[in-house]
Formats: sequence, C-alpha cells, structure tokens
Amino acid sequence: MTVSRREFLAISGAVGAGFALSTLGIDMGPVKAYAEELKKIDKMKSATQSTTICPYCAVGCGLICSTDTKAKKIINIEGDPDHPINEGALCAKGASLFQTTANNPNRLQKVLYRAPGSDKWQEKSWEWALSEIAKRVKATRDANFIEKNAKGEVVNRVEAIAHVGSAALDNEELWPLQAMMRALGLVYIEHQARI
Amino acid sequence: MTNHWIDLKNSDCILVMGSNAAANHPISMKWVQKAKDNGGILISVDPRYTQTSAKSDIYAALRSGTDIPFLGGMIKYILDNDKYFKDYVLNYTNASFIVGPKYDFQDGLFAGYDPKTRKYDATFWAFERDQDSRVKRDTTLQNPNCVFQLLKKHYSRYTPEQVSSITGTPVSDLLKVYEAYASTGTKDKAGTIMYAMGWTQHTVGVQNIRTMSIIQLLLGNMGIAGGGVNALRGESNVQGSTDAALLFHILPGYLAYPRANQTNLETYLKAITPKTAEPMSANWPQNLPKYFVSLMKSFWGDKATKENDFGYGWLPKLDVGQNCSWLNLFDAMYDGKIKGFFSWGQNPACSGANAHKVRQGLAKLDWLVNVNIFDSETGSFWKGPGMDPKNIKTEVFMLPCAASIEKEGSISNSGRWAQWRYKAVDAPGMAKPDGDIMVELFDKIRGLYKKNGKFTDPILNLKWDYVNEKGHFDPHKMAKEVNGFFLKDTKIGETEYKKGTPVPGFAMLQADGSTSSGNWIYCQSYNAAGNNMARRKKEDPTGLGLFPEWAWAWPVNRRIIYNRASVDLNGQPWNPKRSLLKWVEGQEVDGKKQPGKWVGDVPDGPWPPMSDTKAGRYPFIMKPDGLASIFGPGLVDGPFPEHYEPLECPVPKNLLSGQFINPTIKIFSGAMDKHLTCDPRFPFVGTTYRVTEHWQTGIMTRWQPWLIEAEPQMFVEMSEELAKLRGIKNGEKVKVSSIRGVVEAVAIVTTRFKPFQVGDVTVHQVGMPWCFGWMVPKDGGESANLLTPNVGDPNTMIPESKAFMVNVTRMEGGA
Repeated sequence: MTVSRREFLAISGAVGAGFALSTLGIDMGPVKAYAEELKKIDKMKSATQSTTICPYCAVGCGLICSTDTKAKKIINIEGDPDHPINEGALCAKGASLFQTTANNPNRLQKVLYRAPGSDKWQEKSWEWALSEIAKRVKATRDANFIEKNAKGEVVNRVEAIAHVGSAALDNEELWPLQAMMRALGLVYIEHQARI
Repeated sequence: MTNHWIDLKNSDCILVMGSNAAANHPISMKWVQKAKDNGGILISVDPRYTQTSAKSDIYAALRSGTDIPFLGGMIKYILDNDKYFKDYVLNYTNASFIVGPKYDFQDGLFAGYDPKTRKYDATFWAFERDQDSRVKRDTTLQNPNCVFQLLKKHYSRYTPEQVSSITGTPVSDLLKVYEAYASTGTKDKAGTIMYAMGWTQHTVGVQNIRTMSIIQLLLGNMGIAGGGVNALRGESNVQGSTDAALLFHILPGYLAYPRANQTNLETYLKAITPKTAEPMSANWPQNLPKYFVSLMKSFWGDKATKENDFGYGWLPKLDVGQNCSWLNLFDAMYDGKIKGFFSWGQNPACSGANAHKVRQGLAKLDWLVNVNIFDSETGSFWKGPGMDPKNIKTEVFMLPCAASIEKEGSISNSGRWAQWRYKAVDAPGMAKPDGDIMVELFDKIRGLYKKNGKFTDPILNLKWDYVNEKGHFDPHKMAKEVNGFFLKDTKIGETEYKKGTPVPGFAMLQADGSTSSGNWIYCQSYNAAGNNMARRKKEDPTGLGLFPEWAWAWPVNRRIIYNRASVDLNGQPWNPKRSLLKWVEGQEVDGKKQPGKWVGDVPDGPWPPMSDTKAGRYPFIMKPDGLASIFGPGLVDGPFPEHYEPLECPVPKNLLSGQFINPTIKIFSGAMDKHLTCDPRFPFVGTTYRVTEHWQTGIMTRWQPWLIEAEPQMFVEMSEELAKLRGIKNGEKVKVSSIRGVVEAVAIVTTRFKPFQVGDVTVHQVGMPWCFGWMVPKDGGESANLLTPNVGDPNTMIPESKAFMVNVTRMEGGA
C-alpha cells in the first residue's frame, strides 16, 4: 500500500504525529520519507526566490530557485508559472535542475592537475594553475607565432593553440572569451554551433 | 528562428522534419498543441516514428539523407498545382530575376565546376544586369531564364515516383504531406517548419534548409505570424554564442572574419560592405562599417584610433580560403600541429564526429585546459579506454566553474530572446564563475607580456576592465559594453547624447570611432531604459504572443523578422486575423498630413510600404537587392538545392544524376579518416539522436541520479525485420560498428523503424542516442560518435552525423 501526501495528512491529522499508525500494518516507508522532508522544511525560516532560465535546450524556459537565507543553499527549483513560454511546465531535465547544484556530490569543486605520464590528478590552487596556464600560453604562442603567411602577407596569428566552447556560457562571458582568444592571436576558435 | 516558440500556436500547418521536438524541445509542444487545438495540422517526417510522430496528424518516413528529394518533390507539386502565393512570389522574391547565359545544370552539376579544386566559380550563376547595374526582371515570369522558370525546370525531375524511389516514402504518403503543406500558400494560411540537427548534420545540410526556404517563399510563409524557418537550437545559449562569434569565420554580430589580403581597414570594409543599384532596396548591410568600427572600439577602447585603423591590424588574419572549423581543427590536432587547447564548457571527446580521432588528437597535445562543472571524457581522456597514461605527455588543467544558477548574466534562446538569469547561490567549493576565470587568466597572461613577448600590442591594448569594485567579473558592465556607448557628446537629429551614455539602438552607431558596441545586433539590450533583457511584463497587444516587454529580442526587439513581408504592397496585413504589422496613414493636422506609421511588431525599418515607390522599401532588408532568394544566395554548392547521396550510403547510385555525392565536400584522407559506401560489411544506415533525459554528450545529465535512472545505458533501435534478419531479440546486447569504431548497445526492437523500399533494394536503418560515454555511468556504454564520419557540409563543415553506414551483430551471451 502506498499513501499519498494528501491521504497521509488526512489519516494522521497533523504533520509529524501518528507514527504509531504503523502498528496497523501499513507500510510507512513512504510516509516516513515524506515526513522527513516536511521536517526539513519546518526548520527553514525563510528563503529568497530568484528566477533563472533553463541551461539545457534553447526553448528558454523560466524556473524559480528558492534559496535558504541562512544555509545559503538552494532548497527547491521549479518551473516559473509567470514565464510566457513554459507557463510553469518543465521537461525531465529542467525539472531535475536541482541536481546540477551543490547538492550533487559529483560537481567538480577542486582545481586539478594531471602531470605528463601521470595516472592521477593532483589538487592545486587557483593561483598555481592560472599562473602555470599563463606561462604555457605564452611559451606556445611565442614559439609558434606566425607573422606572415606564405605569400608574405601580414597575418599575426597563432595556429598552435586552439579553443572550443561554449554554448553553455552567458552572453556576458562569451564576449570577453572571444576577445581574449583573438587578442592572443588564435584563429582555431570553435564551439557547439559547428557540430 | 525567424519567429519564436510561442508563435508556433499561430500556425495552420506545422512541419516537423529533421527534428524530434517532442523529445528534444519538449515545451515547444505546448504551442504545437495550441495550434492543433485551433485546427492546425501537425506533420512529422522522420526515418523513425518518434514521440513527435505520435502527436502528428500525418506521418511520413524517409531514409536518412534524402530530405532534398522529399522537399524538391514538394516544390514541383506546388508549382504544378498552382499552389504558390503569386503576389508574394512576384513582389517579394527574386522569382522574376533573369539569370545570365552562363548558367547551366547538367547531370547533377551546375555550370562553373572545376573537378580539380572541387569548387564552383559562382560567377557562372550571376544575374543579368542593365546599364545601371540593376538586375533584369521579367514580371510575367515567362522568360525561360527567369528564376521562376529555372526553378520549374530544375525540379521537374522530382516526380513523386522518382522521389519515392530515393527516399523510400510511399507515393501516397508523399502526396498527403504535399497537399497538406501546400494548402498554406494562401493569404489567410500560415505554415511553419521546425528543424534541428536532423537537417544540418548532412553533407547537404545547408541545402536541406534552403529547399524548405524556397517552399516557404513560394507559399508566402516568410515574415508572417505562424510561419518562418525555425531552427530549434539545442543548447541554451548556442544562439548567443553564435552571435558572439565563438567561430573562426565571423566576428560578433556576423561580421565576416578579416582575411590576409584585406591589408587595412579600408580594403576590409570595402570587401564586406554590399552595394545595391536598386533604389527601393534598404540594403541594411551597407551599415556594416559602423558596426565594425564600433566593435573595434569595444575591443581596444581608447587605443583604437582613426590613425591606427581602429586597431584592425591587431586582429589575427586568416589566409584567403583558410578554414579553421571544427573538423579541420581536430585534423590539425591529430597531426600534432596544435600544442595547447582550451576546452571550455564542452566535451569534444564525445561530441566530435569520428571521436576516436578527437581522442587521439588530445593525446598529442602539450597541454589541455578543461573548464566544466563535472568531470568529462575530455578532461580525463588520458585514462579512457585504449589509453596508457604512461605514454601520454599531455598536461591537463581541470578548472571547476559555476553552474547556471550560481552566476548572473543573459542567454539567448532560439527565438532570439535574450533573457537575464540571476544568481541564487555561490558556486560550491573552489568553483568560480567562468567570467572570473577569464579575467584572472588573462590578467596573468598580460602580466607576462608586460615584460616581453611576441606582438604584444593586442594583448596589452585589449580593453579589459569588466570587474566590479571587489575585483570580480561584472556581467552588468560587460552587458553595457556589448550594447555600446557614445564616446563623445553626439547630436543625432534633434537629440543630444552625452559622452558615456548608452547607444539607444544600432541605427545610432557611427563609423568614425565616436561610438562603441561589442555586438551591434545586441545594441538596445541594455540602454538608458535599463537592462531590457531582465524585463518581465506580460502585455500582448497584438494577441499573437509576441510579449514585446518580456526580456528583449535581437534585432531591436523585433519578434518576427522579415515582418514587412506579412503585409501587402499597401502595408495591410495579408491575413487581418493575424495582424503582425499594419501601416496606418497619418492624419491631417491643421491642413498638414502627418507621416504614417507602422503598428504591431517592430518593423524591419521605418520606411513606408512598397506602394510608395519613392520612400517605400522592399521587405528583405538584409539582401542587397531587397528581395528574398529563391535562386542563389551565395552557397558554395549551387544556386538551387540538388540531391546527392550521403558520403556513406546504402545505394549504388544517385537516381537523379550521375553525380553521386556532393561534388564540393572536403574528404579527409589521413590514417583515421576512413569511410566506406555500399560495402557489404556495413549494410545498414545508421543515425544518431537524443533522448529527453540527457543533454548532448550527457556530460551534465549522466552525473544526475534522477536522470540516469530514467535513461541508464546506450541502446540501438531497430526494426523487427532487421532483428529477425540478425537473430537479435529485444533487450539483448549487440555490437554496432562502422569502419571507424564499435559500440556496444542494448537492442530495442521496435515497430518505430520500418525497412525502406528504395527502388528494388530493401534498406534497413538503425538509430542510436549520442549521450553516453565511458566515464559515467559505469558500463553505460560509449559515445555513438565513435561511429560517425568526419565529413562536413561544404558551406558550414557541420559533420554528417545523421547518415552513415553500420553493421549490427548479436554479442555472444548477449542476452
């Protein structure tokens, strides 16, 4: 037997009361799990809401994130009923957006480095990693810089460094990204739109 | 999209072809359903009976790679049965233009082909012009060399029987689709197309879309509510990243990328700026110099001056003909020519066609920088299948970045709506917003170049002040820069704009260095009225679902582009029931007639309608001649679409001509560039697609337990007939192989695929999702892109992932 939230509330009369009902031989697994969730919400004093747009396909559905003001954690994400395109509806991916947040333990949270020939990652600081990348960019660029092409025309480009990505970035990030890569002289600049 | 998502509801007939919108753009179906509720017809054309097909009124199957015959047959049907919208075709398209005497088409090849270079000389397709350089026209459409007659002749070969023998679609199904769709060729009907990678990922990808564009023009469906040509883009901001030119061949706002023979600003601007001899053509691209100079002012700030060509010389130049697109990039990487590589928010080890070659290329790098929110087959390629870490010298830097809800900024959807997102929380652990990673990295690089280095000017002179007082990347500052500023006090008309104020819209941008704008098509997105992308007002004055004050759409908040084609020559809507735009004559005030104005959507320019033969303008303002191209918009593979078989195909010849494959495609010939056609070892057509629960390579979704529970592993769908032929039962493990690789998959034996009768050959087709990869979930299977060929469309170089040849065999102990 399964008990829906509505039925459970009807049987128990109040949230958090009436676990003794399990002696009636009802499988209380789902009820207990649900009650746990309710307890968590009970502890939450306040949340802020912010709107966002789904990061998957390009329909551009709206969602609302609720963030616990004390714990600074996202506690819920759902479709935005005011959004004119999706009117609150979401697909399976959009409805799972919660699992892209810090609540997913698989998120990358550390700067990692893999040395030549190594079979493992090492944890590094941002300062170290960005300094080392900058050195490699400079060394590769300067060693392979092409001032003129075979016809003797001035080209000032670098073909030994390439960049791909990304349609997952914001417009405000894309502009400086292309500017920075072009200032370095890159011409192999591509991303998802090509494939 | 020329139109937008909500506008689908305004359609009388929706053709979904080259897309499975119900699975891949699920919420779009909300608006498709509204159209159906209003009596609209949904047509699904797909090799497989998809979720979209299940919702359709008419379904037709076709063999992958035969869309041009299918649609070419529709062009013939429309012309033969007089279904085209005559006033529209005559006045708004180039149907009446006379093509020059050098044009010809024989046995699959257009005039001007050079088999040595595998290229066309497009001057063979030029229009005839009079002494004033104006294109000669025959408004009776009878001249045998006019576009209309040439179109008729070209598609006369695409009879229903001939089409059926190529596509494998029964003639009766073809006619059902043709009849339903062609019924929209009247004033009061709108037909639209929803397409996606099912059209682009072919060696005739662009011409697939061109064929449909011709149909939309013949039926008068461009520029109207419920019409248009609508690409359903697959990534939340792939519209924005294309607009921002993360592509080798363009600069932000679709400005052509400078070439080495354009040695200074003057020669570059001359080359990119089209001229017209048509007095009634707006020729909007004549303004490109204003947009380019404003872009250079955003790049280099005060360092861009008139004296130094506004920093034109600091941009790297491509050789004439040089193509640095995806497939060439990974070819160069495989050849060891690329030493350093940024993979920023992308997973090429699974998304690249012929992914084995991509992975081998990664192993030849000196260094790789991988930025993402989850680990990926790209960042960890060195521990993937077949890799021995000991022998791989590539250094890898894996940088954790913020997810979408952990930073602030805008993204642009398929309908060109730039919508603002807010930050809900900080990114976890050490993860940072991408903007901060860029700022800090470039600061470090610039620090090194302050000491010494090659050609330091562009690095030291790049304007790079997009941080707030705390030193963090500031998306508002950047968005304002993309919009653009007046750089000195400027008077335009009666209005004075002070130095430092935002430019209200791109019509005010200047070519003299007095304005900046990072991307002219986004000019107006963030101006004196504020951040227009963040707007949330729900008024809908036209009742068509334009929502003009919800977010902001480029260009200039125009919700349906080419909308001047939605009205007749007097500016009155073709269909008053769906009035998108309407010209209202000015009233007389004190005996003086006031100027008229447009009411409705933001029009494609302020000029009066075409019946005003002095001040009026033609509707297609981005075309030099002002009219839409039924013939020859400048593609490299011909002025009309023509059928060619995919590089790998199941039939021994092209039934329409002696030209088997697209004659202009680039065929790679390295050790890993294998392809086979009509080879008995690989007898079945393979194709790839997506599932609702995973996104692209799955790099975001495969790490999510909720989604992986729903779609846990690689599968291959096949017909009952094929399963019987191979002795495969539903649910058994099988091997799918091409000449490039093998993947293991669970067989889904289904009636959704049916064998095709192609002439006297029975052709089987199978389909696979491409969202899996070796890393996660454990034993979930590999990427379908290990099988796909690295051959591209000659215009775009988008790989042919939708039609290739495979074999399917049962694995021992496969049950």
